[in-house]
Amino acid sequence: MSMPTDPTDASAALTPVRADAEALGIAETPAQQLWRTFRKDRLAMLGLYVLFVLFVVALVGDVLTSWWVVFDPTTVRLPDKLLPPLSPASAALAKDLLPPFHSYPFGTDELGRNVFARMLQGTFVSLSVGVVAVSISLGIGVTVGGLAGFYGQRKLGPFSVDSWLMRFTDVVLCFPTFFLILTVVALLPPSIYNIMIVIGITSWMSTARFVRAEFLALREQDFVTAAKALGLPEWRIIFRHMIPNAMAPVLVSATINVAHAILTESALSFLGFGVRPPYATWGNILADGRSYIFDAPWLFLIPGSAILLVVLAFNLVGEGLRDALNPKLRKRAS
Amino acid sequence: MTSEPSALLSIRDLHVEFSTDAGPVPAVRGVDLEIAAGETVALVGESGCGKSVTAMSVMRLTQGRIAAGSIHFQGRDLASLPDGEMRSIRGGQVGMIFQEPMTSLNPVFTIGRQLEEVVVLHQQLSARAARAHALELLQRVGISAPERRISQYPHELSGGMKQRVMLAMAIACRPRLLIADEPTTALDVTIQAQIMELLRELKQELGMAVLLITHDLGLVAHFAERVLVMYAGKIVEQGSVRDIFKRPSHPYTQALLAALPDPLKPGKRLQAIPGRVPTPAMLPAGCAFCARCAHAFEPCAARQPPLFELGEGHGAACFLREGSVAPGRP
Repeated sequence: MSMPTDPTDASAALTPVRADAEALGIAETPAQQLWRTFRKDRLAMLGLYVLFVLFVVALVGDVLTSWWVVFDPTTVRLPDKLLPPLSPASAALAKDLLPPFHSYPFGTDELGRNVFARMLQGTFVSLSVGVVAVSISLGIGVTVGGLAGFYGQRKLGPFSVDSWLMRFTDVVLCFPTFFLILTVVALLPPSIYNIMIVIGITSWMSTARFVRAEFLALREQDFVTAAKALGLPEWRIIFRHMIPNAMAPVLVSATINVAHAILTESALSFLGFGVRPPYATWGNILADGRSYIFDAPWLFLIPGSAILLVVLAFNLVGEGLRDALNPKLRKRAS
Repeated sequence: MTSEPSALLSIRDLHVEFSTDAGPVPAVRGVDLEIAAGETVALVGESGCGKSVTAMSVMRLTQGRIAAGSIHFQGRDLASLPDGEMRSIRGGQVGMIFQEPMTSLNPVFTIGRQLEEVVVLHQQLSARAARAHALELLQRVGISAPERRISQYPHELSGGMKQRVMLAMAIACRPRLLIADEPTTALDVTIQAQIMELLRELKQELGMAVLLITHDLGLVAHFAERVLVMYAGKIVEQGSVRDIFKRPSHPYTQALLAALPDPLKPGKRLQAIPGRVPTPAMLPAGCAFCARCAHAFEPCAARQPPLFELGEGHGAACFLREGSVAPGRP
């Protein structure tokens, strides 16, 4: 191909190769295959768009609220309290207190704080709590389930490894999770990180069970035996060969768990055990608004709809993933 | 180190047990097996006779427990080797291919990545060198257009193609011994012939020994040099291919050969062996084949027959052959 003297010859030589490659069927990675199936599910795609927008809003919102003083969600403007959405700012405000564009798109609360700015901050908090908590729970769940599935037969004292790990999982599953979280959060210093960690370590059990079930099935698969016969070390078989094959149900449950974690965080904040004011989250905006349900319904409608939207979106994406990952529903390319 | 320096692999009195709720169940009961460098040995028997368990024991991959016996490979006892060293032997000096090429490759990675993984693991090559080596291997096992195949996923390949890839992975490190556990059972006949031909070529080129596990006697006749017939966890007869096919001396071997369809005699009823293989949990005290054997007499039910020597490397574990060096057909 590096023959500048005769370009026609080179292209002529290349064309049959490409035709041949098409005839062979160019490799489609499992991810591409997943995306192709997923894309056909309109509701799931809608959910994905919503999530995409929300993640952008969360990131932009965090930057705006922490670096730009007009977006400061803690600014109190008493003359402008309990204004409905889309109200202009009153002229009586000092110049440095004016909201952006001199208006409140989502109204103001009982202290005259800009609900729009508070929602921006809350979006970041809620989504990051969901994502970080689920990452923690995935880490624990995959480890526990993987160990139980792979090394389950080994004896450790009177019981097998599988018995120890899965009975421990059952014990944790028996905890009344929400009250456990309430207690722990009441004892720990209030911080968003503690909430993430506590939600994470109380929600890994279903993941562990999924992963264990997958590993039990995968361990008997020929390619795992083949990998052993090729001398691959166990950790490599677990991490490179089994976990990628076990990810399908885990991914689905993780998506739905994010929605659950966001709900839990909102509930905690609503009860006043979550992220402490003045830091805004959807839960505490909702909590603040509950005293003004009739006078200022936007105070609970806006964060309430946001929670509804994000939970719905995560669930739709989860359902879409479940369908796309189901080999029985998947259709091959042409 | 080892008493017979010529033997590449030497299994002595191997016993493998599976632990069940009803106590240990023997699957392999005292197998002796020897493979010289470059030799092809076939291990033949019905399903469940312990031939695969024997092969897996060499790799130490059996679910069962090696209860007794030794497995010497190049003078080292594999049964007591530390795990790390065992791993470098697997896929390094001993390669293995399996019955089901369809499921023996990881579905989520391209065949190139899987090949490269093995090469990098055993030979510490750079990524680029591993790629080149993988391409070379694919070419060697007769895969057309390897530079395109290398980035394909297992589901895009046919069964024969996958078995070729498995073979490429098994020979990646030029093993001294290749264990082929029913390598062609899942493939159709024309592909079978291609794979066996390829196996023969590779064997000659790399000078490796092959332990072929199969129940296909046709394959054995064409491919192997020596045959061991296994029944209920024991070797019942062993000898050269000539001995086994021309002078089968154990009633079981004779029955196996009689059960083969003969294309020259169409319409002839096939000779099925009456009865069934005894379950390993309830083996008789004497010869395990006794209950199905047309020639059984008194000592058969009482004692287990040892392997009677019948000639150069030919032996049968049957009391009919006691003292007879030149057996005739009973």
